[in-house]
Amino acid sequence: MTLVKKPGRGTTAKLEILLVEDDQAHAELIIRCLENHSIDNHIHHLSDGEAALDYLLPKQDGGGHHRPHVILLDLRLPRVDGLEVLRQIRSTDSLDGIPVIVLSTSRDEADVKKAYSHHVNSYLVKPLDFATFTKLLDDVGYYWLQWNHFPGRILGGGH
Amino acid sequence: MNGEPLTILFVEDNPDHAELVMRSFEDHRVANRILHLSDGEAAVDYLFRRGDYGDPEKYPRPHVILLDLRLPKVDGIEILKIIRESEDYKTIPVVILTTSHAEMDVSRAYQYHANSYLVKPLDFEKFTKLMDDLGFYWLGWNHYPWPRGG
Repeated sequence: MTLVKKPGRGTTAKLEILLVEDDQAHAELIIRCLENHSIDNHIHHLSDGEAALDYLLPKQDGGGHHRPHVILLDLRLPRVDGLEVLRQIRSTDSLDGIPVIVLSTSRDEADVKKAYSHHVNSYLVKPLDFATFTKLLDDVGYYWLQWNHFPGRILGGGH
Repeated sequence: MNGEPLTILFVEDNPDHAELVMRSFEDHRVANRILHLSDGEAAVDYLFRRGDYGDPEKYPRPHVILLDLRLPKVDGIEILKIIRESEDYKTIPVVILTTSHAEMDVSRAYQYHANSYLVKPLDFEKFTKLMDDLGFYWLGWNHYPWPRGG
């Protein structure tokens, strides 16, 4: 992948990423790779599905209801699993448009199909070896941080 | 990384953009089948096997759709809506590749569950880089809801 300069015009809000990942080593690697990226971003890390729903869903007391620009979501999570988190995101009007990228150890066709049935934006399988995993995360960074346009985040045109 | 071939449906009316995209896919080391159509109506006919596109051997079901927004006959958002409302294609990944960076277009695309929204760079070299990165990501890393190959 190749590096492209950050866009020079238009307001670019810092990209807010929610990472839902229960494996501490994976989380550290993901955070390290993405935070090193040239596009300014901030990662909020949660380790289980229930915490993710608390963070995202609007609450009676006015809590929750955070709107990250993009969500990186593991599937095998404690308390509430990733597919259920995805399902609830998609059935909540204020959250439905948020791109969700699954990053899971599972390459099960059933899991992939279910994720897409809940309109996952992309489904990635964690490589078993460290070097390939790092390459994947670099490419995820380039593609989603550098190129992809997110709803509610203004970028300059033709960058 | 996946090595099996993918079928990509590419809908783009600008012949210069189409040529750049087709050429960059040809360069990509993963063998794929790219089918290019230049208007929205042909895209819908293709997907639903109407008219000229009846033969599934010749016109196979795509794994992913690369879709411009400003298209003749049926525009990109309309096509996206039609795709998402159909039983057959509601889960197919759709990557928008357009000249528009207007917030309204971005919002509407995600509202109808576009998987990704990309803006064509004005600069030829950057456009080529975008296509390389798009290729690595969607042809290499992403997993699809139905099997690759064939």
